[in-house]
This record gives sequence, structure tokens and C-alpha cells, in this order.
Amino acid sequence: MTITELKNSGIDALLHDPDREADLLVDIATRVIDQARAGGADEAEVTVTSSLAREAGVRLGEIETLEEARDRGVRVTVYCKQCVGSASTGDLRADAIDETVERALAIARHTQPDRAAGLAEAALMARHFPELDLWHPVNLPLDQLAERAREIEQAGRSADERIANSEGASVSTEAGVSVYANSHGFVGTGRGTRYSQSCVLIARDEAGMQRDYDYDTARSFEVLAAPETTGRGAAGRTVRRLGARRIPTGKVPVLFAPEVARGLIGHLVGAVSGGNLYRRSSFLLDAVGETVMPAWATLIERPHLPRGAKSSAFDGDGVATRESALVSGGVLDRYVLSSYSARRLGLDTTANAGGVRNLELIGGDRSVDELIKEMGTGLMVNELMGQGVNLVTGDYSRGAAGFWIENGEIAWPVEEITIAGHLRDMLGKLRAAGSDVDTRHNIRTGSLLVDEMTVAGAEG
Amino acid sequence: MYEQVLDNLLQPAGLGQRELELALGRLLSNQIDFGELYFQHRVSESWSLEDGAVKGGSYDADQGVGVRAVAGAGTGFAYADTISLPSLIDAAASARAIARSGGEGKLQVGHAGQAPARYVADDPTVCGSATDRVELLRTIDAYVRSLDSRVSQVSVNLSASHESILVAATDGVLGGDVRPLIRLDIRVLMEEGERREQGFSGGGGRYRLDALMAPGFWQHHAEEAVRQATVNLGAEPAPAGYMTVVLGSGWPGVLLHEAVGHGLEGDFNRKGISAFSGRMGERVATEECTVVDDGTLADRRGSLTIDDEGTPTNCTTLIEKGRLVGYMQDRLNARLMGVEPTGNGRRESFAHLPMPRMTNTYMLPGKHDPGEIIASVDDGIYAVNFNGGQVDITSGKFVFAASEAYRIKNGKLGAAIKGATLIGNGPDVLTRVGMVGNDLELDSGVGVCGKEGQGVPVGVGQPTLRVDGLTVGGTS
Repeated sequence: MTITELKNSGIDALLHDPDREADLLVDIATRVIDQARAGGADEAEVTVTSSLAREAGVRLGEIETLEEARDRGVRVTVYCKQCVGSASTGDLRADAIDETVERALAIARHTQPDRAAGLAEAALMARHFPELDLWHPVNLPLDQLAERAREIEQAGRSADERIANSEGASVSTEAGVSVYANSHGFVGTGRGTRYSQSCVLIARDEAGMQRDYDYDTARSFEVLAAPETTGRGAAGRTVRRLGARRIPTGKVPVLFAPEVARGLIGHLVGAVSGGNLYRRSSFLLDAVGETVMPAWATLIERPHLPRGAKSSAFDGDGVATRESALVSGGVLDRYVLSSYSARRLGLDTTANAGGVRNLELIGGDRSVDELIKEMGTGLMVNELMGQGVNLVTGDYSRGAAGFWIENGEIAWPVEEITIAGHLRDMLGKLRAAGSDVDTRHNIRTGSLLVDEMTVAGAEG
Repeated sequence: MYEQVLDNLLQPAGLGQRELELALGRLLSNQIDFGELYFQHRVSESWSLEDGAVKGGSYDADQGVGVRAVAGAGTGFAYADTISLPSLIDAAASARAIARSGGEGKLQVGHAGQAPARYVADDPTVCGSATDRVELLRTIDAYVRSLDSRVSQVSVNLSASHESILVAATDGVLGGDVRPLIRLDIRVLMEEGERREQGFSGGGGRYRLDALMAPGFWQHHAEEAVRQATVNLGAEPAPAGYMTVVLGSGWPGVLLHEAVGHGLEGDFNRKGISAFSGRMGERVATEECTVVDDGTLADRRGSLTIDDEGTPTNCTTLIEKGRLVGYMQDRLNARLMGVEPTGNGRRESFAHLPMPRMTNTYMLPGKHDPGEIIASVDDGIYAVNFNGGQVDITSGKFVFAASEAYRIKNGKLGAAIKGATLIGNGPDVLTRVGMVGNDLELDSGVGVCGKEGQGVPVGVGQPTLRVDGLTVGGTS
């Protein structure tokens, strides 16, 4: 087989004829596998990607950036007598790909055998490919994106007279095709589109400046929020931060808004992920069957969700994905494993090479207002800063900003404080979850009410 | 250097001076201030050890050309991931879209300057043999395990990259650079009873691999990683509240990077969205504080001979004896603010736009002995190691997460305390620096700075500092 050089011919070809693009990528993937086998690899796997992205940014009514990006890449991993070698290139010309395979084989001549290394079992490869509804191509030229960004920013700047400045609004589109193939003969293709818009505004008063943003992202352009919604949303979020101050040091309940609540669930996922478990770097070692969340909480992974943020019929090993609970009634059902980490732990893969796919928290049935009322007095957090999360010990300490809640109502904005606790307690003693689920992300959760955390702020 | 890069980067693609001028000509218009081509080729190699064996290795190659056209505050940008004349011409046509009409512009043919080289041009990925590198990782693993029987996991990573860049602009800017970058990371997990704690140490810079392979280098980091994990095994919960904080020398300079560094980048100040905007000449720190950003230091991780826009790097004074005196600039923001670029225009790769970024940011030494600084504190904490930080440049609020810290009581160091996040306000934290030590140190070479999704290698440093009031985010 020969490979024709991929030309930059017609930047929109990918949008108009994704099948042809996928065929090209499959040709490359097949050749890479063949060449790896011919070069002495017992097994090999390859990922080939191709994407087209456009983004327009507008600030204070003027165009700030117009960007067009065409990206392609190949990554190959070879296994020679259980020695692993990996290589990648962004150059898809035949000679560059040949060299990449050679490089991977050369690396494998120097690494040491790893009994857990190798492809997932052939019997586990995906055979059914349900329609996931991820491909909604619209060819939007840069000037149309810029016009929309201008509308978003204008709506935001005119929404409130305290909006004093802007970091701008941007609108972007992305379309991508990818192929994963391995020497079992498995070839899986995926394709998807994504449309995003955001706006960052600055509000000012005597005390100083505050910045916040709003955004939306979707698989289909038609369902993206109206420009005014994102612009006004950004203005509202920014203005409500004016006058923020510290609160005294003490212990209070903390309500995590959805934009930070998903991070909390993400830490749980991290702690039960194979890599951290076989490195003994988790506060949840040997926790399957243990209670890690309250009895009302269930976490379900839905990899085949139509239009989902991370929907796919197969995982990063080619293994068929399926709907499955991670936590049921507060009890940890399983870990999050790839075929490699599963072998390291003497377990079976959970089809999670590449992480969880569309993880949904079930059990949040109350509105945010009800949660605020239930909390009575405490802190609502909608921004977290810094890296103070230790998954080995579960110790948690991060910078935060949000709102002080008093008598079941939002009292005033808060900043320059930290919240600290232990993840095991924070997750285990979750009091309630909200129905305000943010469905745009891979982790789908509403607000989460944490029983008690230490807040550090002003003296006293 | 320019000629060498021209030969290595462009000649294989059949490109030369004539083709550069042809592509630049396609960018020209009387509406743009300048157009620019940025060629880059980067190879990197990495090896990782786990469970006593080198189980992973990777070789990554990337090349391409980023093309931009700058008109006022606007930029048109496109890139191609193959270096060839057709892809270059295509990208130039896309980038030029920022210029609404197509008037004639004039191409200035440039001459590459001779900026003094800040590092060697050698390729660390071809230094010695792969066998030597794999053997080094195994030797390090055995050494770490011999230090303490409580060590249960050791991971060691070695990475080396070699990058060539070439910048050519329509206004005569022309430059090339060849940049090596190497790094060694050692991470240990130690267990004692029910308790498990991590320790980390690592370092590197822009130099040959043999310096990193010398026993003195890696033994130091191995011992340091084990020492940190040992300290954390005995750490007590950290206090919560507003208190005096003494910061150790070296890597705790992350404070400067977050609290003042980002806020002094030209783009944020040109747009008036930094907490430091419009404060040039004002007092923002105590008189003991002088802070610089220096891209010229030999062999340092954050150093560059020329930045990614072809401007030679500088030592730029940001704060002099407590007064704000300088911002860090790239070409676009310098021009709009009517000042000179400072050699801080950096980009993650050809596929990203340049913007003002830090290089090596540090505070000059003061007059106090570090012991004297600790002795001056009645009640507070001494933080000597950090994971990293983050800042909101508009409100000025910044955090940095301590990974090794101790109580100070009555001028004496007490028990080790668990990691905790420290939070403060950038524009006033340096006005509370009560004492500056005489022990300036730079970090060991592990920093990565992220801004608008782009990561670039940076350095930080400082002498021991006493800050009279920061919020410490512990639990007790």
C-alpha cells in the first residue's frame, strides 16, 4: 500500500467529506500497524487525528484575533516481547511516519519488559458502533464568528453601567476525525464537532476591579446559547463580585456551585483510577465495596450518551464501552481501569483507558435556592484557585471566592480566603446535591453541599 | 546562528531566503503593522522508570510554521504542520484576513542580529547512548531505595528536547535560535504504618545531558525527595488563619511569579485589566524589594538567547527599591504602549500566538541572615517548598500551595505541618515584606508557567523573605 501525501487542499474538505478524511487516516493507521509488525513488534497500536478549528476574538468592539488551525498527528506504541516504545509526529508525510515507527521500535529495544504491557484482549474489542450524534458540521467563516463575538461582548458591556472594561468575547468552532487501530485488526473511527463562545468582563467600583466570565459549548451550533445570554451572563457574574471581602477564620458548611462541584467528583475519580491505585498514591486504596459517598448518591457512567462531551463506543484500548455505575447508593462499585492498570492490579479492565466518559451524579433533587436555605449560614463557592489537592493523603486546601450565605440568603461576595478539609470527609458527608446539573461537561453534577470545612480568612 | 538554523530547518524543505521573502510578500498590505513567519522544529525524548524498571519511553517530533499579520491591536493567525512552500503560502493568505483591504506594503529585508548565546546548541537527545540513560534511571532507583527502608514507590523521569526556531518579519526582524532543554524528576512514596506521603525533587536547564548524569546532581535530588517525604510523614495539620509567613529561598519565588509577575505583563497593563494597571512609578513594595525578570542567565530553564519574536532577551527591572518601574513586553503590546519590547514575547509552539511571558523572575538579595529572619518571628510559619500557584490578575488575588512547611514559635522552628494553600493580594503583599535575606537562590529548573492555555518553561528565585501577614489555609 502507498500513502498519498496529505495536502492542505481545501481547508474545508474535512467538514464536507469526513468519510474521506477518515479513510485517509485509516490508511495511515493500517500502514503504521503493518510496518510496526514488519519491524519486529509483537503488537502495536496507533492513534491518528485530524482537526480543523477556527476562532475569532473581539475586544471593545474591535477584532483582536482571527485564527485558523489545521492539526494532524500520529502516535504509535509498539510492544516487542513486552518492552514498550512510543513515538509521535505532527508530520503526516510518508517518510515522517516511517521514521516515527522506527523511533518507537528503537525505544522498545531499550526499555525493560513489563508483564502488564500489551493490547487489551481481542475478545473485548468494540463490535457495535451506536450513532452518538456528535457530528453537526456547519461551515462558519471567520467574519461570521467575529460578528457573533461582537454581539456577545456588546450585550455584556451594555448590561450594567459598572462594567468598565472587557477582556473580550470569542467564538470558536472545531471539527475533528480520529482513528484508533491495533494489531488485533481493530479499527475504530470517531468524529465530532464542537462550538464554543465565551465572554470575559471587568467591573469596577471604589474598592477595585473584578473579573468573571460566562460561556457555552455544544456539539451543534443551533443549540448554542444566544449571544445576549452569554454576554449578559458574564456581566451578571462579574458585577455580583464587586465589594468582595474576606470572612473570619472558622468552620462552616460549603456549597460548591456546579462549575466547581464537578472538580470534587473529579478528585473521587482520580483517587479510584488505576494509575493512582497501583502506585499506592490514593486515599481510596482497596475501597471497592466501601461507602465513599452518602446513601442518596449514585454515579453512573454513560459512554453512549447522544451528543455527550466524551461519548465513544470504545475506550483508548479499543475495548467496548458500556453504561455502568461507579458508585451505587454511596458504595464504590468498581475502579476506573484501563487494560494496563487492570493487569497491574490483577483485575479486569473497566473500559476506562482515557478516563471516565459522561459520568452523571444521580440523587440531586433540590433547587439551588433550597440548598441555600438548608445551609442557612455558610459559604457558597464558585471559584477555586491553586493546586492544593493531595490525592495520596486526601488533604484538600485551596483558594476560593464566592458568596457568604446568611439566613438562607446570599448576603455578600467573598474573596481571598481558603477552604480546607479532607476529601474522604467532604465526599462522605455530602449533605445534598442540586438539580442544577451542568450537562456541558464530562462530569455532570449540580451544586454539592459539603457538611463542614475550615475557612481561613481575616483575623479573629 | 541564523544561518545554521536556516540550513537545518528550511533547506530540507527546499526553502531559502528567496522563498521567505516570497511568503512575507504575501502577508504585506498597507494596513498591517507587520507580518511574521515563525518556523519551529522540536524533537523530544523521554524515559520513565517505575517499579525498578524502565517501562516507558517516547520520542516525539513536531514541526511547523506559524504565520501572523498584526494590524493595530488585531492579529490574523494561521499555521501549517508541514514546512513547505504551498503550506506557507496558504497560511499567509489566511493570516492576512485581518487586513480588510489589500493595499501595497513595503517589505524590509532584514539582517539577523548577533545576540550573545545563553546556552550551548548541542542536541541532548543524541548525547551518549539510550543504554546509558536507561542505566542511569536504574542506578537512581537503587540509590533512592537504599536511602530509607520506608520508600515503597520510586518514579524517575528523564526528558530531553532540542528545538530550532527561525523568525522572519516584514519589518526586517530576522533571527534564529537553537535551544536544548533537559530535566530529571524524582518522586518517592514512603509508607509508615497507615501513613503514606510523597516527596519530590528535580531539576534541569538548557545544557548538556552529561551534567545531569553526574552523580553529584542526581544524588542530591534523590536525597531531597526522600527528605521531603520523611518530613511529611511526621507533619501535623497546618494552622488556619492570617499570620506571619517566612518563605525560604529559591523555588518559593513562585510568590513573585504569581503575586507580581503576571500582573506586570504588558498585555494586561495595555488593556488596563491588571491590578497593577496605571501604577507605574508608584510604591508597590517595601524598600528592601527589587524584582527583576532576567532571560539572559546562562543555561537556565527560563533563559532565551532571543525570544520567540526575535528580540534579544534582557534583565528587566520590574520593581526597584519598592517602586514599580517596568513591565514585560512583546512586540505588539510594546508598540501599542509606545515602549521598546523587552524580549518577553514567547509562545508554546508554532501553533500558538506569542504574548508577554516571564523568563527567570527573582528578587535581589537583602541584608539579613536567614536565621535572624526566623528568630524575629513570635508566631507564624516557615514555608520552604511549594507545588505551584495561580493568580487572578484583575482582582490581584493569588495562591500558592506549600508542600513543606514548619511552625515558628518564639523565634524557633517547630513541628512540620501538612501542605496548605497560602492566599494573598498581589499589589499589597510586597508592602508587607518586613525582612529580606542575603541568601538569593534560583530554583533547580522545574517550572512551567501556564497562561491562556500555553505552557512555557520558566525560572523563579528569591532570598528568604518575611511577609508580615498572609492567609494560611490549614485545618486547625
